[in-house]
Amino acid sequence: MADQELDARGLNCPLPILRAKKALNGMGSGQTLKIIATDPGSVKDFQAFAKQTGNPLLESNEANGEYVFVLKKA
Amino acid sequence: MAGKSSNKKMAIIATKGTLDWAYPPFILASTAAALGYEVQIFFTFYGLQLLKKKPNLKVSPLGNPGMPMPMGMDKWFPVLGTAIPGMEAMMTMMMKSKMKAKGIASIEELRSLCLEADVKYIACQMTVDLFDFSPQDLIDGIEYGGAAMFLAFAGDSDICLYM
Repeated sequence: MADQELDARGLNCPLPILRAKKALNGMGSGQTLKIIATDPGSVKDFQAFAKQTGNPLLESNEANGEYVFVLKKA
Repeated sequence: MAGKSSNKKMAIIATKGTLDWAYPPFILASTAAALGYEVQIFFTFYGLQLLKKKPNLKVSPLGNPGMPMPMGMDKWFPVLGTAIPGMEAMMTMMMKSKMKAKGIASIEELRSLCLEADVKYIACQMTVDLFDFSPQDLIDGIEYGGAAMFLAFAGDSDICLYM
Protein backbone atom coordinates (compact mmCIF):
# COMPACT_ATOMS: atom_id res chain seq x y z
CA MET A 1 0.00 0.00 0.00
CA ALA A 2 1.50 3.31 -1.07
CA ASP A 3 1.70 6.24 1.33
CA GLN A 4 0.03 8.54 -1.14
CA GLU A 5 -1.99 8.17 -4.32
CA LEU A 6 -2.22 10.42 -7.35
CA ASP A 7 -5.01 10.14 -9.90
CA ALA A 8 -3.57 11.32 -13.22
CA ARG A 9 -6.26 9.68 -15.38
CA GLY A 10 -7.17 11.68 -18.46
CA LEU A 11 -4.12 13.94 -18.17
CA ASN A 12 -1.64 14.22 -21.00
CA CYS A 13 2.09 15.00 -21.21
CA PRO A 14 3.62 16.65 -19.22
CA LEU A 15 0.91 16.90 -16.54
CA PRO A 16 1.30 13.42 -14.95
CA ILE A 17 5.02 14.09 -14.37
CA LEU A 18 4.40 17.60 -13.05
CA ARG A 19 1.68 16.42 -10.65
CA ALA A 20 3.89 13.55 -9.46
CA LYS A 21 6.78 15.91 -8.82
CA LYS A 22 4.50 18.21 -6.84
CA ALA A 23 3.20 15.31 -4.75
CA LEU A 24 6.74 14.05 -4.05
CA ASN A 25 7.76 17.52 -2.87
CA GLY A 26 5.30 17.23 -0.01
CA MET A 27 6.42 13.74 1.02
CA GLY A 28 9.11 12.42 3.31
CA SER A 29 12.13 10.36 2.31
CA GLY A 30 11.31 6.66 1.91
CA GLN A 31 7.59 7.24 1.37
CA THR A 32 5.91 5.84 -1.72
CA LEU A 33 3.64 7.47 -4.26
CA LYS A 34 1.23 5.49 -6.43
CA ILE A 35 0.25 7.14 -9.71
CA ILE A 36 -2.60 6.01 -11.95
CA ALA A 37 -2.45 7.37 -15.49
CA THR A 38 -4.05 6.78 -18.88
CA ASP A 39 -1.39 8.43 -21.06
CA PRO A 40 0.62 5.66 -22.81
CA GLY A 41 3.58 8.05 -23.04
CA SER A 42 3.79 8.14 -19.27
CA VAL A 43 5.45 4.66 -19.21
CA LYS A 44 8.71 5.90 -20.70
CA ASP A 45 8.32 9.29 -19.03
CA PHE A 46 8.19 7.87 -15.51
CA GLN A 47 11.21 5.66 -16.23
CA ALA A 48 13.13 8.75 -17.34
CA PHE A 49 11.82 10.81 -14.44
CA ALA A 50 12.97 8.19 -11.92
CA LYS A 51 16.39 7.92 -13.52
CA GLN A 52 16.99 11.65 -13.62
CA THR A 53 15.61 12.58 -10.21
CA GLY A 54 16.99 9.57 -8.32
CA ASN A 55 13.56 8.60 -6.96
CA PRO A 56 13.35 4.85 -7.70
CA LEU A 57 10.45 3.50 -9.76
CA LEU A 58 9.36 0.44 -7.78
CA GLU A 59 6.50 -0.61 -10.04
CA SER A 60 5.22 0.01 -13.55
CA ASN A 61 2.18 -1.98 -14.64
CA GLU A 62 -0.56 -1.78 -17.21
CA ALA A 63 -4.08 -3.14 -16.88
CA ASN A 64 -7.26 -2.27 -18.81
CA GLY A 65 -5.76 0.80 -20.45
CA GLU A 66 -4.54 2.21 -17.14
CA TYR A 67 -0.95 2.55 -16.10
CA VAL A 68 0.08 2.23 -12.48
CA PHE A 69 3.41 3.45 -11.20
CA VAL A 70 4.92 3.43 -7.74
CA LEU A 71 7.69 5.88 -6.99
CA LYS A 72 9.74 5.95 -3.84
CA LYS A 73 10.90 9.31 -2.61
CA ALA A 74 14.68 9.27 -2.29
CA MET B 1 30.52 23.77 -14.23
CA ALA B 2 31.64 26.89 -12.48
CA GLY B 3 28.15 28.22 -11.72
CA LYS B 4 26.66 28.89 -8.31
CA SER B 5 24.62 25.70 -8.44
CA SER B 6 25.44 22.24 -9.69
CA ASN B 7 22.00 21.87 -11.30
CA LYS B 8 21.76 21.15 -14.98
CA LYS B 9 20.60 24.15 -16.97
CA MET B 10 18.33 24.62 -19.95
CA ALA B 11 18.01 27.84 -21.94
CA ILE B 12 15.20 28.40 -24.44
CA ILE B 13 14.54 31.22 -26.90
CA ALA B 14 10.82 31.45 -27.71
CA THR B 15 10.15 33.44 -30.89
CA LYS B 16 6.72 32.27 -32.08
CA GLY B 17 3.31 33.55 -31.07
CA THR B 18 0.86 30.92 -32.28
CA LEU B 19 -1.05 28.40 -30.19
CA ASP B 20 0.81 25.39 -31.59
CA TRP B 21 4.24 26.97 -31.13
CA ALA B 22 3.38 28.07 -27.60
CA TYR B 23 3.46 24.49 -26.34
CA PRO B 24 7.06 23.29 -26.89
CA PRO B 25 8.78 25.92 -24.70
CA PHE B 26 6.34 25.58 -21.81
CA ILE B 27 6.17 21.77 -21.92
CA LEU B 28 9.93 21.37 -21.99
CA ALA B 29 10.53 24.08 -19.40
CA SER B 30 8.02 22.70 -16.90
CA THR B 31 9.26 19.14 -17.35
CA ALA B 32 12.92 20.12 -17.08
CA ALA B 33 12.13 22.05 -13.90
CA ALA B 34 10.45 18.93 -12.49
CA LEU B 35 13.61 16.98 -13.31
CA GLY B 36 15.71 19.46 -11.36
CA TYR B 37 16.95 21.68 -14.17
CA GLU B 38 17.38 25.39 -13.74
CA VAL B 39 15.46 26.90 -16.68
CA GLN B 40 15.29 30.27 -18.37
CA ILE B 41 13.10 31.23 -21.33
CA PHE B 42 13.92 34.31 -23.35
CA PHE B 43 10.80 35.61 -25.14
CA THR B 44 11.49 37.69 -28.19
CA PHE B 45 9.54 38.99 -31.18
CA TYR B 46 6.22 37.11 -31.53
CA GLY B 47 7.16 34.95 -28.56
CA LEU B 48 6.20 37.93 -26.38
CA GLN B 49 2.56 37.06 -27.10
CA LEU B 50 3.02 34.08 -24.78
CA LEU B 51 3.59 36.44 -21.85
CA LYS B 52 0.46 38.53 -22.35
CA LYS B 53 -1.89 38.61 -19.38
CA LYS B 54 -4.69 37.35 -21.60
CA PRO B 55 -2.97 35.53 -24.45
CA ASN B 56 -5.19 35.25 -27.50
CA LEU B 57 -3.22 32.62 -29.37
CA LYS B 58 -4.40 31.15 -32.63
CA VAL B 59 -3.47 28.32 -34.91
CA SER B 60 -3.70 28.80 -38.64
CA PRO B 61 -3.93 26.35 -41.55
CA LEU B 62 -2.68 29.17 -43.80
CA GLY B 63 0.74 28.31 -45.20
CA ASN B 64 0.76 25.20 -43.03
CA PRO B 65 0.41 22.17 -45.33
CA GLY B 66 1.28 19.83 -42.45
CA MET B 67 -1.79 20.74 -40.47
CA PRO B 68 -4.37 17.94 -40.48
CA MET B 69 -7.77 19.36 -41.30
CA PRO B 70 -10.77 17.62 -39.74
CA MET B 71 -13.59 16.14 -41.81
CA GLY B 72 -11.50 16.04 -45.00
CA MET B 73 -11.72 19.82 -45.22
CA ASP B 74 -8.43 20.01 -47.07
CA LYS B 75 -10.16 18.41 -50.06
CA TRP B 76 -12.81 21.14 -50.14
CA PHE B 77 -10.54 24.03 -49.20
CA PRO B 78 -7.18 23.41 -50.89
CA VAL B 79 -4.40 25.98 -50.34
CA LEU B 80 -6.29 29.19 -51.15
CA GLY B 81 -9.26 27.97 -49.15
CA THR B 82 -7.23 28.20 -45.99
CA ALA B 83 -7.21 31.98 -46.48
CA ILE B 84 -11.01 32.25 -46.27
CA PRO B 85 -12.05 34.66 -43.49
CA GLY B 86 -13.07 32.82 -40.36
CA MET B 87 -10.97 29.75 -41.16
CA GLU B 88 -8.34 30.66 -38.56
CA ALA B 89 -10.94 31.22 -35.84
CA MET B 90 -12.59 27.92 -36.69
CA MET B 91 -9.34 25.94 -36.69
CA THR B 92 -8.35 27.54 -33.38
CA MET B 93 -11.66 26.62 -31.83
CA MET B 94 -11.38 23.04 -33.10
CA MET B 95 -7.81 22.71 -31.86
CA LYS B 96 -8.71 24.05 -28.42
CA SER B 97 -11.67 21.73 -27.99
CA LYS B 98 -9.60 18.74 -29.14
CA MET B 99 -6.86 19.63 -26.67
CA LYS B 100 -9.34 19.88 -23.86
CA ALA B 101 -10.85 16.50 -24.76
CA LYS B 102 -7.39 14.89 -24.72
CA GLY B 103 -6.43 16.27 -21.31
CA ILE B 104 -3.79 18.64 -22.64
CA ALA B 105 -3.05 21.56 -20.35
CA SER B 106 -3.89 25.09 -21.45
CA ILE B 107 -1.03 27.49 -22.13
CA GLU B 108 -2.04 29.61 -19.13
CA GLU B 109 -1.88 26.51 -16.91
CA LEU B 110 1.55 25.41 -18.16
CA ARG B 111 2.82 28.95 -17.91
CA SER B 112 1.90 29.24 -14.25
CA LEU B 113 3.19 25.73 -13.48
CA CYS B 114 6.56 26.86 -14.86
CA LEU B 115 6.56 29.95 -12.68
CA GLU B 116 5.70 27.84 -9.62
CA ALA B 117 8.68 25.64 -10.46
CA ASP B 118 10.98 28.69 -10.60
CA VAL B 119 11.40 28.82 -14.36
CA LYS B 120 12.69 32.29 -15.11
CA TYR B 121 10.99 34.31 -17.87
CA ILE B 122 12.88 37.08 -19.61
CA ALA B 123 11.05 39.44 -21.95
CA CYS B 124 13.27 40.91 -24.64
CA GLN B 125 13.33 44.63 -23.85
CA MET B 126 14.07 45.58 -27.44
CA THR B 127 10.97 43.83 -28.83
CA VAL B 128 8.81 45.06 -25.94
CA ASP B 129 9.74 48.58 -27.09
CA LEU B 130 9.40 47.70 -30.78
CA PHE B 131 5.81 46.49 -30.37
CA ASP B 132 4.92 49.27 -27.89
CA PHE B 133 4.05 46.75 -25.17
CA SER B 134 4.05 47.98 -21.62
CA PRO B 135 4.78 45.85 -18.54
CA GLN B 136 1.05 46.13 -17.69
CA ASP B 137 0.26 44.07 -20.80
CA LEU B 138 2.44 41.21 -19.62
CA ILE B 139 2.15 38.87 -16.63
CA ASP B 140 3.91 39.62 -13.35
CA GLY B 141 7.05 37.89 -12.22
CA ILE B 142 9.06 38.31 -15.40
CA GLU B 143 12.35 40.08 -15.99
CA TYR B 144 13.28 42.37 -18.83
CA GLY B 145 16.65 42.07 -20.51
CA GLY B 146 18.69 41.72 -23.63
CA ALA B 147 20.90 39.31 -25.50
CA ALA B 148 23.83 39.70 -23.12
CA MET B 149 21.64 38.77 -20.15
CA PHE B 150 20.38 35.65 -21.92
CA LEU B 151 23.86 34.62 -23.02
CA ALA B 152 25.18 34.91 -19.47
CA PHE B 153 22.87 32.02 -18.57
CA ALA B 154 22.84 30.20 -21.93
CA GLY B 155 26.64 30.10 -22.13
CA ASP B 156 26.63 27.99 -19.02
CA SER B 157 23.71 25.76 -20.02
CA ASP B 158 23.58 22.06 -20.83
CA ILE B 159 20.70 22.40 -23.29
CA CYS B 160 20.01 25.46 -25.42
CA LEU B 161 17.02 25.54 -27.75
CA TYR B 162 15.69 28.04 -30.26
CA MET B 163 11.98 27.77 -30.92
